[in-house]
Amino acid sequence: MNEQIINNTIPKSAVPLTPEDFVSTEMVRWCPGCGNHSILKSMEKVFPVIGYKKENYVLVSGIGCSSRFPYYVNTYGFHGIHGRATAIASGVKISNPTLSTWIITGDGDSMAIGGNHFIHLIRRNIDVNLLLFNNQIYGLTKGQYSPTSPLGAITKTSPYGTIEHPFTPGELVLGAEGTFFARGIDVLPKLLTDIMFEAARHDGTSVVEVLQNCVIFNDGAYEYIANRQHRDDRTILLEHGKPMLFGKNKDKGLRWNLNSLEVITLGENGMGINDVLVHDAHNPDPGLHLSLAKMNWPEYPVALGVIRAAKFPTYDDLMEEQIRKIKAKSPIKCMDDLLNSGDTWEVE
Amino acid sequence: MEEYQNQTEVKDDIVIRFSGDSGDGMQLTGTLFSETAAFTGNDLLTFPDFPAEIRAPQNTLAGVSGFQLHFGSKKIYNSGDLCDILVVMNPASLKANLKWARKGATIIVDEDNFEDKAIQKAGYTSNPLTDGSLNSYVVIKVPMSRLAQEAVKDLGVDPKSAERSKNMFALGMLLYMFNKPLDHAYHFIEKKFSKKSLVVEMNKRVLKAGYDYADTVEILPSRIHVPPAKMPKGKYRNITGNIATAWGLMAASEKSARPLFLGSYPITPASEILIELAKHRNLGVKTFQAEDEIAGINSAIGASYAGSIGVTSTSGPGLSLKVEALGLAVMTELPLVVVDVQRAGPSTGMPTKPEQSDLNLALFGRNGEAPLIILSASSPADCFYAAFEAAKLSLEHMTPAILLSDGYIGLGSELFRIPKMADLPEIKPPIAQPNTPYKPYARDPETLVRKWAIPGTEGLRHRIGGLEKTNIDGLVSTDPINHETMVKLRAEKVKRIENFIPLQEVYGESEGRLLVVSWGGTYGAVRNAVDHCQKDGYKIAHAHFRYINPLPRNTAEIFKRYEKVLVCELNAGQFANYLRMNFSEVKYTQYNKIQGLPFMVSELYKAIISNF
Repeated sequence: MNEQIINNTIPKSAVPLTPEDFVSTEMVRWCPGCGNHSILKSMEKVFPVIGYKKENYVLVSGIGCSSRFPYYVNTYGFHGIHGRATAIASGVKISNPTLSTWIITGDGDSMAIGGNHFIHLIRRNIDVNLLLFNNQIYGLTKGQYSPTSPLGAITKTSPYGTIEHPFTPGELVLGAEGTFFARGIDVLPKLLTDIMFEAARHDGTSVVEVLQNCVIFNDGAYEYIANRQHRDDRTILLEHGKPMLFGKNKDKGLRWNLNSLEVITLGENGMGINDVLVHDAHNPDPGLHLSLAKMNWPEYPVALGVIRAAKFPTYDDLMEEQIRKIKAKSPIKCMDDLLNSGDTWEVE
Repeated sequence: MEEYQNQTEVKDDIVIRFSGDSGDGMQLTGTLFSETAAFTGNDLLTFPDFPAEIRAPQNTLAGVSGFQLHFGSKKIYNSGDLCDILVVMNPASLKANLKWARKGATIIVDEDNFEDKAIQKAGYTSNPLTDGSLNSYVVIKVPMSRLAQEAVKDLGVDPKSAERSKNMFALGMLLYMFNKPLDHAYHFIEKKFSKKSLVVEMNKRVLKAGYDYADTVEILPSRIHVPPAKMPKGKYRNITGNIATAWGLMAASEKSARPLFLGSYPITPASEILIELAKHRNLGVKTFQAEDEIAGINSAIGASYAGSIGVTSTSGPGLSLKVEALGLAVMTELPLVVVDVQRAGPSTGMPTKPEQSDLNLALFGRNGEAPLIILSASSPADCFYAAFEAAKLSLEHMTPAILLSDGYIGLGSELFRIPKMADLPEIKPPIAQPNTPYKPYARDPETLVRKWAIPGTEGLRHRIGGLEKTNIDGLVSTDPINHETMVKLRAEKVKRIENFIPLQEVYGESEGRLLVVSWGGTYGAVRNAVDHCQKDGYKIAHAHFRYINPLPRNTAEIFKRYEKVLVCELNAGQFANYLRMNFSEVKYTQYNKIQGLPFMVSELYKAIISNF
């Protein structure tokens, strides 16, 4: 990733930065063992690598455990209100495109109270990065089910099990015409920094779902894939241009069979490397990306990495371009011009 | 009617009301007549009165669209009480509008549309044109639809399209009646339909046909001359309140050198602000049509945080949705302008009808102790200055401001003396300089205003948000004493704005029996009524409030000089109660109207006299 270069209008730092440049003096108040600590470290690591001026990073959050994040990173930060970080960040980025804007949100913040703003942000393809900490529970309010809690989950507000079908965030992102979707997990910090870098590099709304463990109210929700013992067999790391292989021995792969994905084992039933799909994150058609985003164990491995990174015009670029064009051809250059334009008359 | 022919009467002022079906083009007819009157030197004020439905069923009362114009050779304060001339295009518009015509008014009717079916649909049991019910009016019956078709017969236009231009026939007749030129309307038609030469020709012909018909058939009682008004020297234009609001915000942006960002969601009667600002990419204005009212205000707050002047425009139901974010703007102490073009509530209420009933929401509608700046606009043209000032106060005092306009002045129009940008006051937001010591809640000792550290500026990285913060340093805190300190500081900061706004002025007697008080869009009607009372010998005074929070610092002192204060407003007494809360020793009385209609001068006159 260090060889990659990000090309855009955000000013670069003249001097090399280090993670220490982004450590805030505020005391971190998450529970010991919370997955958020690892995400925080990943971000402190990736910001110097992305290389923007440290004053040009802005973190915007909503409400929830995740949303305390901006206080713990030494950048410009705005801790908003529940569900509205997406709307606030839209205003930040549109009004000042030279700011690298990061939204920190959770499954309650962005999938429930902020669901409407979430899909519209994505639809507009505003060039911001959104980290969705998905722990499948409301943590800050102490353990109620969230829109991503699995059907039947027993929580404080569902003592007999939930009777709601959960959202799969990736499905929502792609359904809303999303141009970038990646998935990481708190136990793989290196993967997280890689994904955050790719998110920054992508022009448009980059949604990064981070599977994150809440040690207090939903401990072990991702143990089935996070556990070192099973991780390689139950997850697949997708890399653009590379075959979709997984398993401890990289002997399992994904192929397209009739109208769905299928897990195959190399060397069995006549299957070989040529049967395995090659990941094309840049494909404008989200069809296969959707199938990949939806995969869940035990039928499939859970997809990690950049699932989709397709190129489409961004809202903020279109806005700047429109302003440039209209300014160039309009005879009205200032307010005095406007006030005196059109039908006016003199009274002597 | 023979004896009236060829006379010309001279009048100081005239009120015309155009009314027809929603699709009859009455708003356009009214606007074109108004612009012509303005060009020929009259002062004027207009008020469109239309239904929320775009095209309610034809010939029904629900579908009647009206446009009232008050013009004259003197200062015009309001859109007029009752009209002198009523133009009606069908029975429903007569039924809906006759109550707005004074006894003896001239009613110009398109008699072609008075067929039995339409008459019944309007709820009449007999034809009002023939049953004698209009005997106390001068009724002029004209087969407008037929004559319009006749005028363009040889153009090969289908009869339906031709009939649709009947509004131009009515306009032509009125232009003749008031001895006004046709040029402006011609010019407008040519511009509007520049790509459709047949439509241009058709509309111009029908317009001219109406003019000539009025001239040759001689059915009008007389021609009326309204001489030009004596107005202060300068360059003028006609402007609606909503457009003036948009321009005032743009002017503030230019003066403060802060980019303008509008995050908004369409809502009647405020949409024109978004529509107008969306046009001005040429001046760098960024408009964001958000997915809802909530995203509208939150995006504006984000833009303000990032260094723009963030604005959101709305009406009552939208303001209800913005309440939560207003608290965030109070807490983060960022500039933000919220324009509320008030309409009759509660809930959806009456979307196209004006009211002043959002005052309580603006004053008190937030959780926690969350005071902010509230000011009001008093007329369509004044919206420019009110919006400019709302932005100025908000930017310079790092506090959100709510500007209360209403549907009456927002959609109504008035002549606007064009200001020079150089003559407008400076706007100096307290922007923190790069690489200077910065603490988010360190304050100017005089104003208590914190500094605005704009992201991207070197050496000023900081975090703010909705959680309570420590005084000066701005760290998350639940310390009890600190919270009380911060609550008091935020309130005191707003209170001290009273030192930066003008003293309240009083019109008329400087002391005595009665002070009439009003605020916002009722200015014209109340001032006009006060004038009438004073002329009739009543020693009274008028204080019209622009600044609502904070109130001007001489308010209590003024109130003490009168035995009684009469508060007139278009709600159940919200400003009166606010004044009671602030100045309890004063004797108050109220005059309220809650009908979704502006005040009439005559009813105010009666209310004032009965309270004298």
